[in-house]
Amino acid sequence: MSDAAFATLMHAQPMVPQVAHVRGRRKDTPDAWTLDLELANGARLIYAPGQFNMLTAFGVGEAAISVSGDPAGGPLIHTIRAVGPVSRALTALEPGDPIGVRGPFGVGWPMAQAEGKDVLLVAGGLGLAPLRPALYRLLGERARFGRVTLLFGARTPEDIVFRHEVESWRARFDIDVDVTVDHAASEWHGHVGVVTTLISRATFDPCNALAMICGPEVMMRFVAMALVEKGFGEDAIYLSMERNMKCAIGHCGHCQLGPTFICRDGPVFTYAQLKRFLAIKEL
Amino acid sequence: MENLERILAAHPFFAGLDGEFCTLACGCAKNARFDAGQFICHEGDSADQFFLVREGRVALQVSAPGRGASTFLTLGPGEVFGVNWLVPPYRWTYDAKAIAPTRAISMDAACLRNKCEANHSLGYDVMKRLMPVLVERLHTARVQMLDLYGARG
Repeated sequence: MSDAAFATLMHAQPMVPQVAHVRGRRKDTPDAWTLDLELANGARLIYAPGQFNMLTAFGVGEAAISVSGDPAGGPLIHTIRAVGPVSRALTALEPGDPIGVRGPFGVGWPMAQAEGKDVLLVAGGLGLAPLRPALYRLLGERARFGRVTLLFGARTPEDIVFRHEVESWRARFDIDVDVTVDHAASEWHGHVGVVTTLISRATFDPCNALAMICGPEVMMRFVAMALVEKGFGEDAIYLSMERNMKCAIGHCGHCQLGPTFICRDGPVFTYAQLKRFLAIKEL
Repeated sequence: MENLERILAAHPFFAGLDGEFCTLACGCAKNARFDAGQFICHEGDSADQFFLVREGRVALQVSAPGRGASTFLTLGPGEVFGVNWLVPPYRWTYDAKAIAPTRAISMDAACLRNKCEANHSLGYDVMKRLMPVLVERLHTARVQMLDLYGARG
């Protein structure tokens, strides 16, 4: 099946999982694995940075997982943290095992709006996974963007996801990469402290910059507040939200946040859109 | 001394400090250098110095039996450490270790305390500079304690 025909099919039948097979499996951190998937019909899933798929562990359940691969090509890649029954089943899949894929869903990162601007990516923990497609796009079309900076916070040095790739990005001259961890043994000679402490060390023009943030909600809130303090406009700060997504097409209401459905209207929103709701406890 | 006064005034912690205050504070200051791997202070030692980092990086660490030293914060140029100089019993509550060749301004704690006591305007100015640092450190420590990237993050 052609890629275009497959995209049409997925659009027409968004609730029907397509069968794919695991082609590769890598352990990224003590509790996160990356799966390379190949659709059984041979088509390639076309997606935008920041979009997600619903992945099915057959016989167990379905979970919303952001695409973490390169949107320009290559296998369909997802990086999954084993925290619940479904994600544990997904991360236990071996090469050759079948897996269900629905998607892609949602509104991704604002790549077009970022053109000509300094781009600041702030990732916390596994939040680097949904940002990685955006980073591939930024680096792949580097001349279209101003200064590109990645600030990344992890729990410990062992929890740095995509460690080798982060090192390779650090070695490049066309991107600034700063990494910090919350806790470290004395052998670690990198930064220790929360990711917001890296912001004051980063160079960007807040009047012509755009920020993309992904990580735990509390972390994103504090990062957004710190960026506003640095002069960023609230509509120039984008956050990728996570909620309990079920249908992924805005019908079931499980992921409703205020007047929006995270699955359909997001998961990427501006801070201006979300600020009011982020302040409401238990929402 | 004039040179040190200029260096002190150029450090973000003392940015915009009144000239008279700067001269007063400078009387308590001296340059310090540390090699990578060198301990600057140890937990329990007398906190008789307060450091303003100019270059390099410093790790603040706490050791636990059987776990070795854990770094809970690293600091770089423009940052300060050693605020225990201000609060009795003036003891360091952590180890500080240079993890890169580091240059700093070392403030004599007793000297600065005495000057702040004698000149409350200077003391208030120093407090206003110190409080945001402490509030920020408290905030980041709280966030670290939340263990946001852990399984429940």
